[in-house]
Amino acid sequence: MLNGFLRNSKVRIGLGVFAAFLLLALLGPWFVSAVMHTTPRTIDYDALGQPPSAKHLLGTTLPGSDVLAQVIVGARGSVFVGITSAVLATVIAALVGVPSGFLGGRLDHGLTAFTNLFLTLPSFALTLIIAGYVQGAAWWVIALIIAAFEWPGGARTLRSQTMSLRGRDFTVAMRMLGESKTRLVFAEVMPHMTGIVSAMFLRACVAGVFAEAALSFLGIGTTGSVSWGTIISEAQGQSAILNGLWWWFVPPGLCIALLGTATALVNFGIDEISNPRLSAANRKLMKRFRRAARTAEPEVAR
Amino acid sequence: MTAPVLEATNLSKEFPVHGRGSRGTTVKAVQNANVTLHKGSIVALVGESGSGKTTVARMLALAYPQTAGTIRLNGAEVSHARNAERSYFRQVQLIFQDPFASLNPLHKVRYTLGRALRIHQRTLRGKELEEQTLELLRKVNLTPVEQFIDKFPHELSGGQRQRIVIARALAVRPSVLLGDEPISMLDVSIRLDILNLLAKLRDEEGLALLYITHDIASARYLCDTIQVMYAGQMVEGGPRDSVIQSPKHPYTKLLLDSSPDPGRSLRSGDTGLFDVADDLGEPPNLVDPPSGCQFHPRCPFAMDECRQTFPERTEFPDGQWAHCWLHQKDRGHVLEGKP
Ligand SMILES: Nc1ncnc2c1ncn2[C@@H]1O[C@H](COP(=O)(O)OP(=O)(O)O)[C@@H](O)[C@H]1O
Ligand SMILES: [Mg+2]
Repeated sequence: MLNGFLRNSKVRIGLGVFAAFLLLALLGPWFVSAVMHTTPRTIDYDALGQPPSAKHLLGTTLPGSDVLAQVIVGARGSVFVGITSAVLATVIAALVGVPSGFLGGRLDHGLTAFTNLFLTLPSFALTLIIAGYVQGAAWWVIALIIAAFEWPGGARTLRSQTMSLRGRDFTVAMRMLGESKTRLVFAEVMPHMTGIVSAMFLRACVAGVFAEAALSFLGIGTTGSVSWGTIISEAQGQSAILNGLWWWFVPPGLCIALLGTATALVNFGIDEISNPRLSAANRKLMKRFRRAARTAEPEVAR
Repeated sequence: MTAPVLEATNLSKEFPVHGRGSRGTTVKAVQNANVTLHKGSIVALVGESGSGKTTVARMLALAYPQTAGTIRLNGAEVSHARNAERSYFRQVQLIFQDPFASLNPLHKVRYTLGRALRIHQRTLRGKELEEQTLELLRKVNLTPVEQFIDKFPHELSGGQRQRIVIARALAVRPSVLLGDEPISMLDVSIRLDILNLLAKLRDEEGLALLYITHDIASARYLCDTIQVMYAGQMVEGGPRDSVIQSPKHPYTKLLLDSSPDPGRSLRSGDTGLFDVADDLGEPPNLVDPPSGCQFHPRCPFAMDECRQTFPERTEFPDGQWAHCWLHQKDRGHVLEGKP
């Protein structure tokens, strides 16, 4: 199954981009200080708000900081918040959705009501209020708040998936062999949800990055540290758009967009795999098309 | 005769109907079914699709509780308490109809059979586990065994998968096997092999078997006793030869008349094999079943009584029985002629 995922080119590209950003988040600060010999807050008084040049590959901000250094270091702020919120959201979604779907009954009623309550809350507005209330919170608090509003959708998906897998013949067969509930969940049901869970995780990750950027942009994100959101927020605060300093806000914006595209790619790929009729038909058509193209070419050449 | 291993009396199952405006209504999938299984003997349960055969098998396997009736295993009434269920599962195993759905596609044969073995022999591992797994494969004639143990289900054919499913059921050393149309989804060419395997398990392991089928020809080939089910009710049963040679219920007769010759159908390669002809008319709606005998709308001999009450059981000297007003009214002779 995992092999199937990795064979899909969309999934591979998406995961590749993801891995690249993860690497950036892990090694970025070290790279900036050890290789670029600078920090995101170092001010170059000779280059205030300068466009990209050999010295500053992505130009400088109006106060004179290197944009590239900021974007690289900012990756850590953004991606860490995203990943932490995604891990939390996925774990909560699994802890609520899977037992709810597998055990059913009164527990299911309770957990479903709980999930629906969160689902109907105006999540971003509340995130905003809470984040504003805990002004200047550490990055993991922001992650926690984002996760709190990110999990309900996933819990609902996992619940319905679990319910359907619980009734499948192979699960029933193992149950009627005397297998314990725990093993049924972990060995028969859960392995079938790796695709959904990983798609969910990536989606939550990007949602976390977005939410963090939005909060920072509004000035109520983490204070002190740099993230893509804070860069854009600063650019906005100093009228970068009006002054035509595009190199200031475009790179962090592109990074966010790229991460979003990567998730979309992985999700498309997983969709293709879990909807085999679609992909098989596509693949067959593609093959026929390529073969036709190959045989047609020499004739055209002649 | 010896005491039965598994005995179900007056088993009924109603499924609630979901949807708008249907609160409180139910599908009467099975009504007052009796099933008795003996060691070393095969009972065939024959009926067309939708007659409630799977529901009977699943109730007997404790997949879900019955609405009414009792199940007795070795004379003791079965409860649905957790621990009681576990020891029941050790005795009674179900073989599913669809071998493509009943094996987890993510697990190798080694895992599936290994788990089945270890559920009831917790300390089993290593060489001993491997040896017992191979032994199971040998028992279901999947040789060379070393080649099959590390295969995934998708690497196996339907017949091979069904053998794995049977091996998994055998892993707990059950005394009863319930086969829910175990050959209906398989290629014609391997159906006979699976039937012979079941016969071998009956003869060599002394298993009590319930063989469910919609095709009376395969029942004739395999079983010792036949029971015929129609629209959730058992309409006739008895020793195989008596039921086949002198059916006592019009529905059984219709089934037999529309079934191909068994010898030919089991060996020839045409795909229509084992399928009961479709010209039997429509089965009744089980949400709002007809009163009396469910078969009366399709029965050429229907009388007034048939439309009002379900007939009592009529017993015949050789153990055959039927629920039909014809015998209650001493008109059984009409079944001898052409309907
Ligand atoms: N889980 C269920 N929920 C509701 N109705 C069911 C369920 N299982 C079976 N039925 C209904 O019970 C009847 C008998 O079904 P089944 O036992 O599967 O018949 P068979 O195996 O003989 O084809 C059918 O009308 C079917 O629609
Ligand atoms: Mg069935």
